[in-house]
Amino acid sequence: MNKGIKAAILSALVWGSGQILVGRQRIKGLMIFLIQALCVGIELYTGYWIEYLMGKVPHFNLKIYGGYFTKALWGFVTLGETPGARNGDHSIVLLINGIIAILLLVLILAFYIWNIIDAYHTGKRIDETGRYISSKEYLQHVTSKFFPYLILTPIIIGILFIVVMPILFSFITAFTNYNKNHLPPANLVDWVGISNFVKLFKVPVWSSTFFSILGWNIIWAVVATFSTYFLGMFQAIIINSKYAKFKSFFRAILILPWAIPQLITLLVFKNLLNGQFGPVAQMLIDIGLTDYKIPFLSDPFIAKITIIMVNLWLGFPMFMVMIQGVLANIDTGLYEAARIDGANSLQIFRGITFPLVFKATAPLFIMNLASNFNGFGIIYFLTEGKPVNPNYHLAGDTDILISWIYKLTLNERMYDMAAVMCIILFIVVGVASFYNFKHTQSFKEV
Amino acid sequence: MKKWIKMVLVNLELIIMSIIVIVPVIWVVLSSFNTSTSLATSSLIPKDLTFNNYVELFTKTKFATWFINTFTIACLNAVVAVLLVLITAWVLSRFNFKGKKAGLMTLLILSMFPSFLSMTAIYSLFVALGLIGKPLSLVILYAIGAVPYNVWLVKGYLDGISISIDEAAYIDGSSKLNTFFKIILPMSKPIIVYCAVSQFMFPWMDYILPNLILTGEKNYTVAVGLYSLITGKENSYFTIFAAGAVVIAIPITILFLIFQRYLAQGISAGASKE
Repeated sequence: MNKGIKAAILSALVWGSGQILVGRQRIKGLMIFLIQALCVGIELYTGYWIEYLMGKVPHFNLKIYGGYFTKALWGFVTLGETPGARNGDHSIVLLINGIIAILLLVLILAFYIWNIIDAYHTGKRIDETGRYISSKEYLQHVTSKFFPYLILTPIIIGILFIVVMPILFSFITAFTNYNKNHLPPANLVDWVGISNFVKLFKVPVWSSTFFSILGWNIIWAVVATFSTYFLGMFQAIIINSKYAKFKSFFRAILILPWAIPQLITLLVFKNLLNGQFGPVAQMLIDIGLTDYKIPFLSDPFIAKITIIMVNLWLGFPMFMVMIQGVLANIDTGLYEAARIDGANSLQIFRGITFPLVFKATAPLFIMNLASNFNGFGIIYFLTEGKPVNPNYHLAGDTDILISWIYKLTLNERMYDMAAVMCIILFIVVGVASFYNFKHTQSFKEV
Repeated sequence: MKKWIKMVLVNLELIIMSIIVIVPVIWVVLSSFNTSTSLATSSLIPKDLTFNNYVELFTKTKFATWFINTFTIACLNAVVAVLLVLITAWVLSRFNFKGKKAGLMTLLILSMFPSFLSMTAIYSLFVALGLIGKPLSLVILYAIGAVPYNVWLVKGYLDGISISIDEAAYIDGSSKLNTFFKIILPMSKPIIVYCAVSQFMFPWMDYILPNLILTGEKNYTVAVGLYSLITGKENSYFTIFAAGAVVIAIPITILFLIFQRYLAQGISAGASKE
């Protein structure tokens, strides 16, 4: 039997043993073995496995006698067995601990597999060259070859727990009945399979609300993006035009909506357009345009128009600045050539300016579309999704999916249904952005 | 004659747009000097002007504490996030290793998930770690959360710095980390400024996460505090809110206007690299 396979089998049984016994890398093998000892140690120290094997535990059950890992897995699978605040199981704590333990186990498993592969390669190299590599030499080799991994490991672990774990949790919640009728610690949460998804599409009150909101969500995203994009482009062309005076002065003013913190702007507009006390509605009466206060934010249709207009106010300066940058870079020779060929201004715009500008700003356009689709801030801070629509399930006329999810989570505590919607939203936005990135230059160069 | 009409039309359009943009801004600024406190009586142009709202902002509310909280979070976030993002982007830009493309794809997908949708889990995790109610716990969330969002952008920028500069440094005996800190870092000033400023500005206006994690008025950030002033209390605190809005908006707006060149460069560099 050659040394590679021998080392691999040894390391598969006791971590690091292949490296020590076959490869003669004592320090390295010992380090690997210590990691295994640590993992097994944690499990044994926190559990009662030794007592169990010695026959001291008559009625074995994982919840009481399991170690850290087995107990966490038990919690993940059962989500608790006894409800109650005092001695009961808190299903959500169990679920999160389970996810964390599974993430750790995946890391440990990856390390275990690497240990076997490394033992195999160590043995194989000895078979081929007959030379033993010391731990010290290996360390030097490792720091140069595995440098990227060494640097990235802490960051990856951070992302794993702060970003990935919460996302996994909210995905997994979609397959449980975690809602206000099953709130731990008074109640237990259970796995319910895909019944939440079935509910969303089969139960009329859910599906009709979902599709109505989705419809407005799509209209909103498309109109919001197109309106800001084209107003921004128009404004950029106007400012760039040779007839415009005081260019930098106008530019400084027009850029303000982009510069002022958005939350403040939205709260200001919310008050400015307040149907009851707001000065705009009052002013329109005073100057005789209307004889009643226009419900800018409380009429279903007017509120939608208001949202789109406010978004236009907020959003056009970014595109204006971006498109101005592109316009400045267009080769003026192209315009002269077109003019010599007898093209008029409109033809020049359609044939030269627009294609060049759109090509340069297309990724930005699609990114903006995706972010408008999830434009929580503008909906929530302007109208909070109101006015409430009695035909909708816990939603208002101006709600988009993400603000509906927010309400379901924070006000209604329907974490399960909110999670289902999260998954759908994630797929929609994910596909759009993925398509976008695949067609941009920076991705092709990876 | 035709030129003359065009000139009038173009400049008229600019004047009208500027008025539309500037009126709400002026209204808030004037409101913050308004003598009455309620929204209903704050007409578009107030009759008397007073500094009282600014005085009350600092005496009646905990605005000063909110400001210090937010400022601390913003500064720490700018430093930590920039360091994490740059190191990650530098490794991804300069080294070839197994799983790099998959890693970049994963970061891209992660950045698409609206972060606050996972707030239940973050909340439970922070309860378990005892981090609820501590303003600094937000820095952890912001700084690590910034990595997936900014890595692509910064990597794109670093790709533009010729690798022969690195190689020359290695030949001169510079170590990898030394090359990063002494050579790459000074050369990436524009993108560092872009990341630092955007990370600095973010905590000022983020509402959802601080609202969830920071309990108790003394732990609020400015966004949560200002929002609490006008929800359901339009009639007693509106002008104080306006004063607070002005106090926050002026420095942030000036900062933005100074750095907008970097912002424009940063966004377009990341969005379309050709």
